[in-house]
Amino acid sequence: MSYAGLRSLLPKNDLINFAVLALILVVVLPLSLDIFRLNLVGKYLTYAFVALGLVLCWGYGGILSLGQGVFFGLGGYAMAMFLKLEASSPENTAIQSTPGIPDFMDWNQLTELPWFWQPFHSLTFTVIAIIVIPSIFAYIIGVAMFKRRVGGVYFAIITQAVAAILTILIIGQQGYTGGVNGITDLRTLFGWDIRTNEAKYVFYFLCVFMLFLCLGVAQFVRKSKLGRLLVAMREMEDRVRFSGYDVANFKIFVFCLGSAFAAIGGAMFTLQVGFMSPTFVGIVPSIEMVIFCAVGGRLSIFGAVYGALVVNWAKTTFSESFPELWLFAMGALFIGVVMAFPNGLAGLYTKYCEPKVNQLIARFTGKSNDTSAELAPQMKTEGGNP
Amino acid sequence: MFADYTTSELMSIFAMQGFAGLILFSVFVLMALGLAIIFGQMGVINMAHGEFMILGAYITYLTSNVFADYMPNLFGAYFFIAMILAFIAAGALGMLVEWAMIRHLYHRPLDTLLATWGLSLILQQCYRTIFGAREVGVTLPDWLMGSFQLTDIIEVPINGIFVMTLAVGISVAIAALMYKSRWGIQVRSVVQNRPMAGAVGINTARVDRLTFGLGCGIAGVAGSAFTMIGSTGPTSGQLYIVDTFLVVVFGGAASLLGTIASAFTISQAQSTMEFFLSGSMAKVLTLLFVVFILMLRPQGLFSLKVRR
Amino acid sequence: MNSSNTDFVLAVEGLTVSFDGFKAVNDLSFYVDKNEIRVIVGPNGAGKTTVLDLVCGRTKATEGSIKFRNKELTKMKEHQIVRAGVGRKFQTPSIYGDLTVFENLEISFPRGRSVLGALAFKRDAEVLQRVNEVAGMIFLDERLHTRGDLLSHGQKQWLEIGMLLIQDPELLMLDEPVAGMSVSERRKTAELLRTITKDRSVIVIEHDMQFVAEIADKVTVLHQGKILAEGSAEHVKQDPKVIEVYLGH
Repeated sequence: MSYAGLRSLLPKNDLINFAVLALILVVVLPLSLDIFRLNLVGKYLTYAFVALGLVLCWGYGGILSLGQGVFFGLGGYAMAMFLKLEASSPENTAIQSTPGIPDFMDWNQLTELPWFWQPFHSLTFTVIAIIVIPSIFAYIIGVAMFKRRVGGVYFAIITQAVAAILTILIIGQQGYTGGVNGITDLRTLFGWDIRTNEAKYVFYFLCVFMLFLCLGVAQFVRKSKLGRLLVAMREMEDRVRFSGYDVANFKIFVFCLGSAFAAIGGAMFTLQVGFMSPTFVGIVPSIEMVIFCAVGGRLSIFGAVYGALVVNWAKTTFSESFPELWLFAMGALFIGVVMAFPNGLAGLYTKYCEPKVNQLIARFTGKSNDTSAELAPQMKTEGGNP
Repeated sequence: MFADYTTSELMSIFAMQGFAGLILFSVFVLMALGLAIIFGQMGVINMAHGEFMILGAYITYLTSNVFADYMPNLFGAYFFIAMILAFIAAGALGMLVEWAMIRHLYHRPLDTLLATWGLSLILQQCYRTIFGAREVGVTLPDWLMGSFQLTDIIEVPINGIFVMTLAVGISVAIAALMYKSRWGIQVRSVVQNRPMAGAVGINTARVDRLTFGLGCGIAGVAGSAFTMIGSTGPTSGQLYIVDTFLVVVFGGAASLLGTIASAFTISQAQSTMEFFLSGSMAKVLTLLFVVFILMLRPQGLFSLKVRR
Repeated sequence: MNSSNTDFVLAVEGLTVSFDGFKAVNDLSFYVDKNEIRVIVGPNGAGKTTVLDLVCGRTKATEGSIKFRNKELTKMKEHQIVRAGVGRKFQTPSIYGDLTVFENLEISFPRGRSVLGALAFKRDAEVLQRVNEVAGMIFLDERLHTRGDLLSHGQKQWLEIGMLLIQDPELLMLDEPVAGMSVSERRKTAELLRTITKDRSVIVIEHDMQFVAEIADKVTVLHQGKILAEGSAEHVKQDPKVIEVYLGH
């Protein structure tokens, strides 16, 4: 790609953002935190995948999905199914009445591995499934909704219902899914113990690597004409339609992309935390994922990462010391970020810090800043009633 | 799945499950009416609606305790006082919320959804702090206990009948208020053309606040009725919120009749299937059915074709 | 002006649409020639905007046919109708406030309209040249990098017209293009309309009879979903029925 092309894809401010984030995630945090805390950060980062997808869907496209936990869960379960099968080798499960199937199936009197579990013996299939199954599922929902022009709050409620359906289904079908406990007791990946500190380091860096890959994709989409179309659709859907675009296709695309991101996050979660359960699928976790995105700034892909980190870090800290206060804090966060800071952390950064950073850079490089014509599409804070 | 039963047994099962469905229907209707008014008339998604309902339930619980301690001879009548108090408390809180929060977000429905979700978390934690995490139940007055024996298999509980009567009464009252009273006309005119309604001298801000308060007040009454058939915990409201939203959306958001019809369909489907399948599968199938229908007919069952 | 009967750009026949029994457009037939400027006038609620909605697919017809270059439009989706060569401007200016004038025009440039096409779209010389050319025509060449929000009402109207021009449609439909404009903006718009109507057919909805007389080849007067009169502006102005229901005495 030419230099100019690269420059339009990655303007200076974004380059700095990428560099700073890489510095924090690759150098600062691994050096300053012990492996227990670093593993926690890794877990928080898996939510950043979801938040990143929401930036594209919700921030750019105006499509609020309250069911992202579904895709996070599908990715996570796919990964967990593979690991569970490896952990349930006939030797490991010799004491069961049916050796060679996962323990919860044995407890539920299943005597045979169900058909949909069979392909998860293969890692290749699993890796493909992690991305493809949630995308197909999102595609089906997307086609059904967007082709019929269901959007806005209706879409939000229906995705929420889908999250409820999947949770009830997982909990109800204990023998096939592990029920409310989820899929636990995952041990090895090709005989390599995933519970050691070494493995945790490896998975942390894998997670960071995947996150940057997704950030790269998101940046490409954002800077392409498709990114501007999403903003245009959010504002004046009819005008886009009457400019010759099939609006539904773009919504379906971005919804599938966001779902694929969420699914990768789910898989990374399973690897780092060592289990997957319906508590990450339902209505409550799904809507919490929206707040990670909102706190970070719904229009900023970097904000999504910081938002996921900050909110989850706060959640851990609060729950450790004042568990009863956390719900108050969470509630206040929802209300505050919507009413007072619709652009989240990224909005605050752009308003207060960025000008100073730019000054600093200008001083060091000794040349004036290019006031780039493309300005980030800011949320309009439409005032309510006077 | 029907093969194991004789015809007369099946009939009785359908009748019993049908009646159980009617009680679920009553709760749905009471909750959905408030939601339908707020969502249908104002376009606001109130995710804290379940918590307003639970507020009504807790008020009823408190009232029953006060009556039991101080006025045991009047205990039979506590429920009516409790219902009025629940309406006032939930309505007043609703108006406060509208003033502090909702009115700033009228043009951002998705943001309203998130903000009211935050409110619901705060309310839940308040309930937990004040009333404890355990579920509480009220003592029913004597005249609500027991049941009618219709045939040797079919019996119908009195509290169920009472809740149903209540649901019907409130629906009729709401319909009268919306379609017959001057205030109802004002609400509907604000919905259809806000600037024009303002121009002809309707205080639109006040109408909004009262509408929101009314919706929340009805939720409070729903909570009051809810204590008759179940116990109340801090998160009980959340269990119903998605179902209730589906009821409202399924019915066609702006139609009260649609809301009632869809509450009936959903509750009957769920309750009949519950007998033959596990409760969770019945719920899954019901929700899938509703989502599927909504994909075919996104505007809901009852809605007008309007000129854009 | 050619007036061959077989080669109309737009042929509307027996068009009816009813909303719950109310017929907003009732058995309407009219024909638009190549390079003709047709103005539709009529009192409020006559069905003018509905006719445009029907042609561009925003509203589906209950009965009747709309043929654009002998292609039936009533069965097509909105974006297909646009791609076939019909452009539509809305009554209130519909532009993207969060995007710059440049980006507004670029989005309307007829290339990369599929998902993959939009991802692969490049701002090449052709796009730049076309955007600059159109921006010049709509008097916005100085404001290419201004956000749409910050434009004046009149400038927004021009921008939306520009967004249609860049698509180079064969049939252009404008819903009250000069509504809310100042006198000088009005004059510039008339001038703009005259330049852009070369080589294409235009349907305009307008109330200002003076403006209508200035631009129209032919005027159609709608009343209660039906045609009340049709002909040159002068002819229509004299029609007693038109005076009765629309122009006033």
